[in-house]
Amino acid sequence: MTEQATTLTSAAAARGELAMEAIAVSKDFKIGRGQIVHAVRDVSFNLYRGAVVALVGESGSGKSTAARLLAGQERLTSGTIKLDGKPVEVRHHDDFRRYKSQVQYVFQDPFASLNPVHTVRYHLERPLKLHHGKGANTDTEVATLMEQVRLTPAQQFLVKYPHELSGGQRQRVSFARALAARPTVLLADEPVSMLDVSIRLEMLALLDDLRQRFSLAMLYITHDIASARYFADEVLVMYAGEIVERGPAEEITQQPAHPYTQLLVASAPDPDNLGSTLRRGVNGTRPQGPQQIRTPEQMATTGCPFSSRCPLAEDRCRQEDPALEPITATRAAACWRLDAAAPELVPGLPGSVRTTEN
Amino acid sequence: MTASPGRAPIPVATSHRPGQDPVLDIRDLSVVYRTPGGDVRAVDKVNLSLAPGEVVGLAGESGSGKSTLVYGATRLLRAPALVTSGSVTYAGRRVTKPVDLLRLRADELQRLRWREIAIVFQSAMNALNPVLNVRDQLIDVIHAHLRMPRDEARERAGSLLDLVGIPRSRLRSYPHELSGGMRQRVMIAMALATDPEVVIMDEPTTALDVVVQRDILAQIVELKEQLGFSIVFITHDLSLLLELADRIAVMYAGQLLEIGTAAEIHREPSHPYTKGLLNSFPSLRGPRRDLAGIPGSPPDLRDPPPGCPFLPRCAYGTSACEEVDMQLLQVATSKDPEHVTACPFVLPDTPAPPPRADRQEIAGQKIAGEPT
Repeated sequence: MTEQATTLTSAAAARGELAMEAIAVSKDFKIGRGQIVHAVRDVSFNLYRGAVVALVGESGSGKSTAARLLAGQERLTSGTIKLDGKPVEVRHHDDFRRYKSQVQYVFQDPFASLNPVHTVRYHLERPLKLHHGKGANTDTEVATLMEQVRLTPAQQFLVKYPHELSGGQRQRVSFARALAARPTVLLADEPVSMLDVSIRLEMLALLDDLRQRFSLAMLYITHDIASARYFADEVLVMYAGEIVERGPAEEITQQPAHPYTQLLVASAPDPDNLGSTLRRGVNGTRPQGPQQIRTPEQMATTGCPFSSRCPLAEDRCRQEDPALEPITATRAAACWRLDAAAPELVPGLPGSVRTTEN
Repeated sequence: MTASPGRAPIPVATSHRPGQDPVLDIRDLSVVYRTPGGDVRAVDKVNLSLAPGEVVGLAGESGSGKSTLVYGATRLLRAPALVTSGSVTYAGRRVTKPVDLLRLRADELQRLRWREIAIVFQSAMNALNPVLNVRDQLIDVIHAHLRMPRDEARERAGSLLDLVGIPRSRLRSYPHELSGGMRQRVMIAMALATDPEVVIMDEPTTALDVVVQRDILAQIVELKEQLGFSIVFITHDLSLLLELADRIAVMYAGQLLEIGTAAEIHREPSHPYTKGLLNSFPSLRGPRRDLAGIPGSPPDLRDPPPGCPFLPRCAYGTSACEEVDMQLLQVATSKDPEHVTACPFVLPDTPAPPPRADRQEIAGQKIAGEPT
């Protein structure tokens, strides 16, 4: 893994300085009876100032766990996280607070993440006081924050309680709360998926504006690969705790290489596809292989985690887990069958050269 | 209010496939929520019909009244909700003559429920009973609505799981032991337990991720073809409806703003709100477009603005919109008489809206401070 990290350049790197590094990060959860869930397995990626990296995958793929590891909410099983080039070591309460002032988290559900018994003002004043002490002019700062997330007139909203706000307004308060700490890294866990379709774009545009204005290094977690296409510089596709494909957002969505990414892209609703597979009814073929429902037992413990659902899987896939191999300077995929899955991409692949030589 | 030239003068209030009597016909339905601050007009004189075997998609954002509309029509609402007008005619194959659901006695309604019209509720986790296993819940439904010996009911529970692609070994599972997708499939199996004519699906796949969602939708379509029921599919995801539905009704602030076939809505959306919704989705295919979303938020239904409820957020709005009477009339440029819109001004080929700063001025209302 570390070897290929030197050869692969993140598509987000051009935007700005390196802010945060996750190096071969893993997280196991013990679930009793000696069983272990490998929620995140050997995951490496970088976040750059002013750039958005999207972590895309289905429920249970480990994308939120990865973000929680970066946020310091979970202990690493193995691996290293570096912030501004220095390994993160949290030994003391103060370390954690210092870390938190740089790395902030926006939660998915704005209904659950705000305290129902406190006003908007309280939600914003508290991080200001915690992270920037008593000297700060909190009133002006709070007003500035409200303006930045476009909750104006500020005085009208500051006295409100969460239940008096719409979903979009609540999420704006969450953004403002995260900004109050003046972070360099913002981890946004499905920040718009609970919101109405009509305001999602507006909120993503707001996040994009904040990214630019404060040169934030942003991790955008989503299961909506289409929004990642518009919002992110680099897309990391996670499956069963591993990154199975990564690369520039436009390339990944337009020409997915890994069979799982291809499945994700094919599953997204496509308005231009009237009379699609969906409407073919009885005679239509299902968009994917025979494995419709997975039980935990079927999640392969050896071999490629996707092999049980993959239409291209062969014996090797079920026995050996493929490593993430570079396809181009900015793209990589973990798949033994790339020659069949993405023939147009493979000629440049070192792996395929090796096989032909053998 | 003068209609633009060339418009069909006759209101096409309800539309259904020609030559087929609708299995469900909602006419002039109004539902209010009684609150101390006044009535909230959640559903305002809505007409909608469903033909046999048809999939009608009901699209709209939260609070647009789409759930209230179908729950009102099936009499599932309780106080403070109140149905103030309308009729809901049900004409399934098993009923001898069409009945008005809103005027049935409680026992008559009870015989019709689930047997004829079943509902798949939104949150599968909350809609299933956590302390009963899947088989007991299925049998419970079967016993409540069909006369069937216990053995047969057990067998039927098994075959229902076959139908939705869940192994029979899961009959003994409790809801918490199932994945989100499986729970939703169990919900669908329960809805189909009595072989209903009409299945109402209230955001059945919203909480699921895309791969599972697609799988379940494909299954729903397959079952529909196999069993021949009709579907009202409620969602805020218009892009999904374009693929799934035969006809789409777009709802906003308690009113229908546009009805048309999926192809028509896709090819030439007429109402500015429909256009806005269609432009709210980042597309995965084709060139990257500039996406706008719809700034602002829906009006307060306790005190709805005069005329078109979408006016404060509409890019095309003019003062004439305050007097528009919200009749659904045929889209002037459309050859399809079933494609109707509540906006007499904006035609499908009207150029794109001006930049955002101008919009606020035209609408005459501030958008930045969204009213709660």
